[in-house]
Amino acid sequence: MLINKKFRTLLIALPAITLMACSSGPSEEELEAERNRVAAEQQAQAEQQAAEAKAQAEAAAAEQLQRAKDMMAQEKAALESQQTVYFDFDRATIKSEFFPVLRKHAEFLVKNQDQNVVIEGHTDNRGTPEYNIALGETRAKAVQTFLQNEGVRSSQMSVVSYGEEKPAVMGSSEYAFAQNRRAVVVYQ
Amino acid sequence: MSIKGVSSKGMIKCFLLCVAIFSATFAHAKLEIVITEGVNNARPIGVVPFRWNGDTVLPENISDVITNNLLRSGKFNPIAMSDMPQFPTRDDEVDYAAWADKGIDTVLVGNIEQRGNDQYEVSFELIDVLRAQVTGGESKSLQNGTLILSKDHIVEAREKIINSSDFRQYAHIISDVVYEALTGERGAFLTRIAYVIVRDRETEALPFQLVIADYDGANETRLLSSPEPLMSPSWSPDGNKIAYVSFENKKSQIFIQDIYTTQRTLVTDFPGINGSPVFSPDGKKLAMVLSKDGNPEIYVMELASRRLERITRNRAIDTEPSWAPDGKSLIFSSERGGKPQIYRVNLETKRSKRLTFEGEMNLGASITPDNTNLVVVNRTQGDYHIARQNLQNGNMLVLTKTFLDESPSIAPNGSMIIYSTMHEGEQVLSLVSLDGRFKALLPAANGQVKSPSWSPFLL
Repeated sequence: MLINKKFRTLLIALPAITLMACSSGPSEEELEAERNRVAAEQQAQAEQQAAEAKAQAEAAAAEQLQRAKDMMAQEKAALESQQTVYFDFDRATIKSEFFPVLRKHAEFLVKNQDQNVVIEGHTDNRGTPEYNIALGETRAKAVQTFLQNEGVRSSQMSVVSYGEEKPAVMGSSEYAFAQNRRAVVVYQ
Repeated sequence: MSIKGVSSKGMIKCFLLCVAIFSATFAHAKLEIVITEGVNNARPIGVVPFRWNGDTVLPENISDVITNNLLRSGKFNPIAMSDMPQFPTRDDEVDYAAWADKGIDTVLVGNIEQRGNDQYEVSFELIDVLRAQVTGGESKSLQNGTLILSKDHIVEAREKIINSSDFRQYAHIISDVVYEALTGERGAFLTRIAYVIVRDRETEALPFQLVIADYDGANETRLLSSPEPLMSPSWSPDGNKIAYVSFENKKSQIFIQDIYTTQRTLVTDFPGINGSPVFSPDGKKLAMVLSKDGNPEIYVMELASRRLERITRNRAIDTEPSWAPDGKSLIFSSERGGKPQIYRVNLETKRSKRLTFEGEMNLGASITPDNTNLVVVNRTQGDYHIARQNLQNGNMLVLTKTFLDESPSIAPNGSMIIYSTMHEGEQVLSLVSLDGRFKALLPAANGQVKSPSWSPFLL
């Protein structure tokens, strides 16, 4: 029983010891560390939030850019599907039916000044190859002048004449001749 | 038309034989000459097969090459072997009367002997049968007071030792000798042509090819293959170089290429057109078309210094320069009068004068080597034909009946024009004599053939 009594004393004394330790309170250093810890935690949280917001914004911007790019690509693709202007025999005058499509090209090129085009001039295979090089250039330059008058910067355009060397349609039918007398706006 | 139809029957027979010989001998040749008109009114000649006493097969049938050359000159009609009365190899074996009876007034005989390892002695005699009949082959003339045997019925007699690789070339030389002896005009059989072949642009990676070949299409050699167009080949007067236009860098540039070393030099790379290069007769200058100053104008570049001189100054298209034989003026095509016509510009005064007035357009002109005629592409009622205009009286004669003719180039002896035309939907080369009587096609095995340029004399 003696042991039991001593144990009982211990049972009482132990919380008292513990209580004594508590009642002494945290030191200044401890408090400082605690404050720092909380602040760091808060900062990290804020940083994370900021990063998340930024990423979100960036994603949105990228999406918007992509959308713009897609739109431009779409626009460009649409323009590339109507890139050819046809001419009459031995003529380099742009027919009025091609004004609207050339204006679309001009609008696009004015909006997208980093876009460059090569304007190719072609002829049918009547006449001599060397004369046709000259005629092809006159046609390509007619298109260049038209686009320039619509506001396209000359630095965005270059001209090359292939004369009769690269027919779109082989042969010597009237249809082939008509298909080959052309200027083509080629996006780079 | 009907006269031609009747008389061409005999010609067709002869022509079939010739084509058979030709294709057998030069099966590797890409171009084949098919004569379409004009042999029937040519001068008959007997080209007797040269005798060969060896038992090996010779590298080339010399008399076949000569026969084909003379036939294709449009001036001779070599008779078929089956029509020959005999096969002599020397003058003293010739039965003059037998040939005269056949209506043959000239006979070529020859002999080939082995003279060592890969050494052959080729001898030939060109015999004037009619003269021999008069003199009995025993004409005499006075020399230093004594009467000697002159045998003046033998127009030419030569012999030469050659290697097996020289057979074809020597056959061309014999042809030149015969041609000159009988026509008084230098032969152009030892010449070449440069041209452009365009293969299928859809399937071929390098569809554009610059090619040179003997004038008859033999020994075709590719100088260059490109994914982009090649244009306007033109020979230097020494026959060693070719100037041409290449679009290999997606723009036109003028190059000069040595055909033996294949080394090439970029000559011009100006913005716009770099076109129509043509060597001057002395080879020191290159006429060309540049549009760097706004629109196509004629320029002359001095090749040594690369110095450029602008020749034309006009708001209309000026193109296709070609040198007068004396090198003092250029002829060119210009739209200054509305439609393209031919003008001549004096290089000293820079003054231009219009030369052509016939037809809706005239293009691609050059002057014959004897300075008497202008050869042009003439457009009349929508048809493009090769025509010749007399420089003295201005009379124009249309020479061809083919479709969409372009790029005429004159043989250095002025006897023949090679040009590009459409035949059965394909672009092919074609020949026409300056008098318009002889016509031939050169169909290609594969691809469109264009921009022919005849070389100068090569020997």
